[in-house]
Amino acid sequence: MTRLAVPKTYKLYLGGKFPRSESGRVYEIRSHDGEFLANAAKASRKDARDAVVAARSALGGWAGATAYNRGQVLYRIAELLEGRRAQFVTEIVQSEGVSTAAAFAQVDEAIDRWVWYAGWADKYLQVAGNANPVSGPYFNLSVPEPTGVVAIIAPQTGGSLLGLVSAVAPALVSGNTVVVVANEAMPLSAISLGEVLATSDVPGGVVNILTGSPAEMAPWLASHADVNALDLVGAGDLDWIHLEIDAAETLTRVLQPENGPDAASPSLARVLAFTETKTIWHTKGLI
Amino acid sequence: MSFLDYAPAPESQAVLNLRGDYGLFIDGEFVAGRGEPFQSINPATEKQIAMIAHADAADVDAAVAAARRAYDKTWSKLSGSDRGKYLFRIARLVQERARELAVAETLDNGKPIKESRDVDVPLVAAWFFYYAGWADKLDHAGVGPTPSARGVAAQVIPWNFPLLMLAWKIAPALAAGNTVVLKPAETTSLTALLFAEILQQADLPAGVVNIVTGGRDTGKALVGHPGVNLVAFTGSTGAGRAIARSVAGTDKKVILELGGKAANIVFDDAPIDQAIEGIVNGIFFNQGHVCCAGSRLLVQESIHDDVIDRLKARLSTLRLGDPMDKNTDIGAINSAEQLARIRELTDIGEQEGAERWSPDCVLPEAGFWFRPTIFTNVSTSHRIARDEVFGPVLSVLTFRTPAEAIAKANNTPYGLSAGIWTEKGSRMLAVADKLRAGVIWANTFNRFDPASPFGGYKESGYGREGGRHGLAAYLKPAAGRAAARTVTAAPAASIAPAVASPAAEKTPVSRKKAAK
Repeated sequence: MTRLAVPKTYKLYLGGKFPRSESGRVYEIRSHDGEFLANAAKASRKDARDAVVAARSALGGWAGATAYNRGQVLYRIAELLEGRRAQFVTEIVQSEGVSTAAAFAQVDEAIDRWVWYAGWADKYLQVAGNANPVSGPYFNLSVPEPTGVVAIIAPQTGGSLLGLVSAVAPALVSGNTVVVVANEAMPLSAISLGEVLATSDVPGGVVNILTGSPAEMAPWLASHADVNALDLVGAGDLDWIHLEIDAAETLTRVLQPENGPDAASPSLARVLAFTETKTIWHTKGLI
Repeated sequence: MSFLDYAPAPESQAVLNLRGDYGLFIDGEFVAGRGEPFQSINPATEKQIAMIAHADAADVDAAVAAARRAYDKTWSKLSGSDRGKYLFRIARLVQERARELAVAETLDNGKPIKESRDVDVPLVAAWFFYYAGWADKLDHAGVGPTPSARGVAAQVIPWNFPLLMLAWKIAPALAAGNTVVLKPAETTSLTALLFAEILQQADLPAGVVNIVTGGRDTGKALVGHPGVNLVAFTGSTGAGRAIARSVAGTDKKVILELGGKAANIVFDDAPIDQAIEGIVNGIFFNQGHVCCAGSRLLVQESIHDDVIDRLKARLSTLRLGDPMDKNTDIGAINSAEQLARIRELTDIGEQEGAERWSPDCVLPEAGFWFRPTIFTNVSTSHRIARDEVFGPVLSVLTFRTPAEAIAKANNTPYGLSAGIWTEKGSRMLAVADKLRAGVIWANTFNRFDPASPFGGYKESGYGREGGRHGLAAYLKPAAGRAAARTVTAAPAASIAPAVASPAAEKTPVSRKKAAK
């Protein structure tokens, strides 16, 4: 007799916990060939707003951690993901219908991307900041700082895990906290990634993962006054120009949609997109 | 037992599992040396810890050949991200075995366990972690696009921070894509050999790092070897001068971290309690065996007596003794040779008329010990104000104006570091501008971080270790740029074989090893 499997309930990842949607709504997730996989939570406006509150509360601790510490935590995510490759491969094969080899390649790429961004945590500032030779007896130094809470619409095409990681990791490097709307049709690896984050020293609230409808949630996040930056990388099929207009109300920083296989490809620019440059002047006494 | 006495709190040595004798680490294996093995002793007890192999010129030759093979066949063909992954592994293994390494370091070097445990070893891990992240980001290192490695690096390190100096050398070298032959100091080989075991655990390809133990002859054979492309040395200015002379006319890149005689300048508006702690940390940290130690205290005249009184009171509470005790502040001097030099220079200090003071503390019978010592009434011409003592000895001088402080601070052939104590930011920055030293600490002292470049002006050497700048010496700018700057090298320089370009960023690498 074959053993009967125990399926997992996929919920949201908010403030370090795994709640259901407060709305009680779910939607069916089916495999590539139509088989029922799970009922994913369909996050509501309140869930999205709770996620922003959680991200805001976590900001001080994450942005205030040393760069070395942040780098180690991001690297820890890679370590834990490496140990759970098989689980992610299974989920990806089921939901995306790709070959096992392709799924492994995607997971490995996601792991390597965490490692790559982990290394930037204590370096981006050395590359993007600098001393400025102002004319006068002044010490003058420009340093990038995290911009704050970043709301992300994860890529809706391509690899579901890799797309999410590619969008979330660069925002975390400098110390921002994140609210991310996962791939709508294939959200399972996103919630499993939440389980990895929850056990890899990432403080609760630093990453908040919403599943459900990006079309529904994006306007709420775009117009939210406590969101500092909006990454529309996966919003190409939405009315993203209106989202950008909504974001303009509080001058939220916006990254426009990217399409194709190179969407959210690793770059220092993605790290710096979510930073503010602060320039410090200090007088030098005359001796 | 006075209120200052503590019950003994020795760190357990049970975490250590040492062998009776250690070989050289060449091509991924421990091998016997051809020279006469020597003993490594615990400077706190003078008892033997282990016998260490002595590499002669033929051993050095084998190590350089192994490093060259590893460079040509393996390391230069790996992607930057795979080099980085090896360095991350090393960082994690150091973290995992941190306590063991700290105990071994204290046993072999004589430094207090609280320093090896809380400073040396955590920094070692941090150094590997930091440079691991650079390995696949070298385009951003500041030497132009697509830089390449130099090849085989010869690295010679001192005994004051044995494992930390190893990390300063090896981490950036490997991140930049070089392979390494490293020679630890004769009196402190132990942690380098434990580190070799860590490299085996990390499955680092054979020959990428080779460790040759031995004496001065070993070091000389290594830096003079025609097969090395780069020499990185930390040690005395005398030895650094000899190395600079010996590589003249070759195309070997050189980094030298040499001696220092740092001024620690205390203005009358300094936060005085912090300053006292900083002065003590500046010169008595690691028994003063620190090239950047704040060995010249420059105190503004108006607060001189107050500072000296407070210093004496603070020094009287320092605990000198068993380095393995968790409460020990001052451990053992690393060797009889170094103790003799400290004694000689302090005797000269007295003869030249400076006033000597040490707290009253009992020295253990066995081992090498020296009481923390302050000299007052020191003038700039005294030997103890000019020569690097490299021991727990502070020379106190005074000044009246900032200009005088700057003149006195710069009145040395060295230029490694300096300290400034003042609550006034504008004064601090103005003084820092005028100091000819590579590291300036303001209202702190002896801070080290892998993200922060370290290195000296003048006769304290050249090149920087740490930070983005610490990669520069280990990288060769892309050919187009280099050609414009290269002068025709002397014929002797062409002995080193041409190095292959490690540009093969896309070489597929088996995941078998990475997935272990």
